This record gives sequence, C-alpha cells and structure tokens, in this order.
Amino acid sequence: MLELTRISSAYGAVEVLKEISFTLAAGEILGVMGRNGAGKTTILKTIMGLIPKRRGSLKIAAEEISHLPPHAVPARGIAYVPQGRRLFSELTVAENLRMGLLVNNAPQSDAEPVLDLFPILRERLAQAAGTLSGGEQQMLAVARALCTKPKVLLLDEPSEGLFPAVTHRILDTVAQLRQSGVAILLVEQQVKSALRICDRILLIENGVIQHEAKASELAANPVPLERYIGVHR
Amino acid sequence: MRQAAFRSYAFHIAVIAALFLLQYVLPAYHIGTFTRIMVYAVLAIGYNILFGYTGLMSLGHAMFFAAGAYGAGLSVYWLGFGPIAALLAGVASAFVVSLLAGIVVLRVSGVAFLIVTLMLAQAAFLATLYFNTITLGDQGIVLSLRPIEMAGLSFALSDPSVKYNVALAAFAFALLFSLWLLRSPFGRILIAVRENEARTKLLGYNTFLYRFWALVISGTLSGLSGALYCLLFAYVGASFASLQYSTLPLLYTLLGGTGVTLGPLAGTAIMYYLIDISSSFTSSYMIIVGAALLVITLWFPEGIGGWVRRFLRRKPA
Repeated sequence: MLELTRISSAYGAVEVLKEISFTLAAGEILGVMGRNGAGKTTILKTIMGLIPKRRGSLKIAAEEISHLPPHAVPARGIAYVPQGRRLFSELTVAENLRMGLLVNNAPQSDAEPVLDLFPILRERLAQAAGTLSGGEQQMLAVARALCTKPKVLLLDEPSEGLFPAVTHRILDTVAQLRQSGVAILLVEQQVKSALRICDRILLIENGVIQHEAKASELAANPVPLERYIGVHR
Repeated sequence: MRQAAFRSYAFHIAVIAALFLLQYVLPAYHIGTFTRIMVYAVLAIGYNILFGYTGLMSLGHAMFFAAGAYGAGLSVYWLGFGPIAALLAGVASAFVVSLLAGIVVLRVSGVAFLIVTLMLAQAAFLATLYFNTITLGDQGIVLSLRPIEMAGLSFALSDPSVKYNVALAAFAFALLFSLWLLRSPFGRILIAVRENEARTKLLGYNTFLYRFWALVISGTLSGLSGALYCLLFAYVGASFASLQYSTLPLLYTLLGGTGVTLGPLAGTAIMYYLIDISSSFTSSYMIIVGAALLVITLWFPEGIGGWVRRFLRRKPA
C-alpha cells in the first residue's frame, strides 16, 4: 500500500531522515518509535510533502507521490492526524467532519459509519470543537481524517496529553479499522499503547531505522526498546 | 439545520424590508445618508468576505473600488454607455483587476499581504493621476447620465428615491449573496482557511485557490460598490483610489464585527453617523472617531455585530 525506498529529507542543511525504507500493507498497523528528535514526525511530514525529500522514492499503490504538493497528497488516499489535534476550534463537530467529507464531495451520510466508531461525537455534533475534552478532540481529529476515506492513516502521537484509559479506548477503535483494510502508520511515545495495537514496530535513532521487529517479539524481548528508547515497558 | 438556515435568511430579509420601509419615514437628508451607507456597506461586505471569513487583511480595496468606479464612469464619459451597461462595465473591470491582483498578492500572507496590497493600491492611485488625459486626474469627471428605461418607465438616477432603491437593491443582493456564500461548502472552507490554513491544506484542499476566489469575489463586490457610487452620485475622481477607501472598509468591518454578515451594515452606519455628527461640532472630528474606535477595540473586540451575536446566543442562567 505505502512504500518508502531510501527516503532522505532535511530541514535546510540538516539531514534528518537518512535513507529510510519500509513498506506498509493494507490492514497493517506499523508503529514508529524513538527518542525525541529521532525523526518520527519527520517521516510523516515527508510523506505528506510538508518536508521535501532529497532522495528516494515514496509510493502509494505503486504511484510515486513524492513530487506532489501537500494539498494533493490526501487525494491519493493518505490522511494525516498531526500531533496536537489541530482542529478548527471555532467550527462545530459536525462542521469539522464536513470538512473531511467535502474534500471528496461526499454526502453527509458518509459520516455515519465514522460516528458509529466514536458514538460520543454524535452527542456533540452541534458543539464547537474547541470546547470538547482532550480525548473527544482526539476522537474528532481521527474521525475527520476517516471522513476522507483514506487508504493510509498517519497518526502522530494520539496519546499526547490524554489519560491512558482514554488513549486505549481511541487506539482500540483505530485498531478496528484493520478489518476495513486501512493501513495505519502510528508514531507513538507510549510503549504500552504501541505494543498493544501495532503489528510491527520500527525503532528510529538519528533519522535511521535501527531495528524492526514484530510487536509481539518486542513485548517478549524488550532489549531493543531499552537500547533505542531508554525505557522498559 | 434547515430550520436554522430558514431563520437566518428570514432575519436578513426582514432587515432588507426594514430598510425599504425606512425611506417612507426618514427625512430627506437621512434618505441621502442611508443611500451612501448602503453603497459603502456593499464595499464592507466585499471586504468582510476576505478579512472576516478568510482572514486576509488587505489595505488595497481602494483599487477594486476605483476599478468599479472608473470602469463605470469612463464607459459613460468616453463610450456613452447607459447606467445599466456602465454598472456591468464597472463590475467587469473590478473582476479583471481582482483576478490580476490575486495572482500577485496571494504569493504572500500576513503582514506582507497587507503591505503588497497597499503598494498595489497606491500604484493604482498614481496611475489614475498619471493617465490624466483619460481619467482627468484629480479633477475627476462629472457625469451626465441617461435615465434607466425599464418596462416603459423612466427612472432618473438624480431622483433621491431612485438612488435609495437602487442602492438598496445592490445592498440586498450583496447581503444575501454573502449569507449564501458563508453557508455554502465554499464558505465553510474559507472559514477553515482562516482558522488554520496548514491544516486545511493537509485535509486535501488547495487553499491558494480558495483564497484566490475569495479575493476575486471580495474585489468584485467592492467594484460593484465603486460603480454604484460613481453612477448614483454622477462623479468619478482619483480620490476614489486613495488610501481612505482602503482603510474605511477595514474600519467598517472591525466596528461591525468580522465574519458577521450584518456587521458591515452596522459598522458602516455607525461610523458614517459618527463622522457626520462629530464633524458638525469640530473640524478635528477624527479625534472623536479615534476615541470611539479605541473604546470599541478595548471593550467590544468582536465588534458590535459579534457582541450582539454572543449576547443573543447566551444561554439563560
């Protein structure tokens, strides 16, 4: 579904990603973990075209997309939920969802399956997004992204600032998307949360993939986690 | 949702109906004043689409106002157009100027956008002086207009009642159009651009195109205001392209409330009467206007319209 081959990208003269390669299959959840500044968010921003790549190839469903401007990337089936939610706080929940629908000229009814995933949002449809709780805002950010009917969902630290119980509820919902074939790239700092739902984990250090393993393997043998993140689960 | 839309349209139509009835109760002087207010309100409605809905603060709207005014005025003076054809020429001229300006000014945003629009408008102002063989420069052109012939009837634009109703028709069109635009998907996306352009772009919207069309619509409505002003008051001159016509719609919009559909009318009416009344007491009336603006900025930062809207939406304790 998503294929990165020897991708390098930089902020000005500083190369942050160095020849990153990985694939993400339909229905798979791939976790990206690493210390602060390791380059996790940069991977997502490079995929979205926010940071221009220097070298390498970036394909979705075999189509090269690395030359596209950021606004053209979602039309290829990639949705991005950035760190900090970034909702339209003055617009209502319904209007935020509508923003996801309008990009494909989809009817309002297409929001129904998404609202079934996050029923609490149905009760908040007329409420301004900025007045929701942190957990509800995160749900809305994911729901809005799902309204674009993505093939690939990029999630940047959905657990940030949330209680673990709320994070688990959101991530368990996200994990249900596997069944509909959505591929998910999850950047996450919370080891427990990531190991809970991911199929595979990439451990990043200084913009380089240092270790790749199944989540179950890392759960059984956390030595690489201790080495590259410095924490034990 | 549909009920809310109905209520909103009904309220705006009621305001238009009230303005129609006002001409039968107001003294002659105030009918003339309200004619000007409605014409300027069209300019402010245009400005509000760019500033209030899209979040782009311009100091170049004098250029669009003047494009409309000169498009109408020059076509009457040099080509002998009638009022309706001249109005269309004015609007078309503002549309073309907005298209060209959009390509240039939307390459920047924020303070740079403010400066670039200001510079472009100043260049347009100087052009009206430079090409004085056509525009008659500072002296301007006093127009003599044919009456509007419609359904066997003749309407002279010098008649205060005709002026008032033509201004009202244009205002009603601009107001209902802006309400429709705001409620349309296009309008919601403009608000999203104002709220967070980067986020809107990442949802898959080409935000440049949305900002571009917002500027074109805004400029064209401002041009409609300029063309109307020129035709209703039978004059066009370089002062129409001066900085004043860029700052006035900004003040009207701030005062009335940014992003509020009726804000431009409220802001224009209050500011117009404030200047009118204070100038009868002192020639330094801008001090009074400045003080009033200070009060509004400090105590009503959302503008009058924004404050009224918040008050009406307040839930009873």
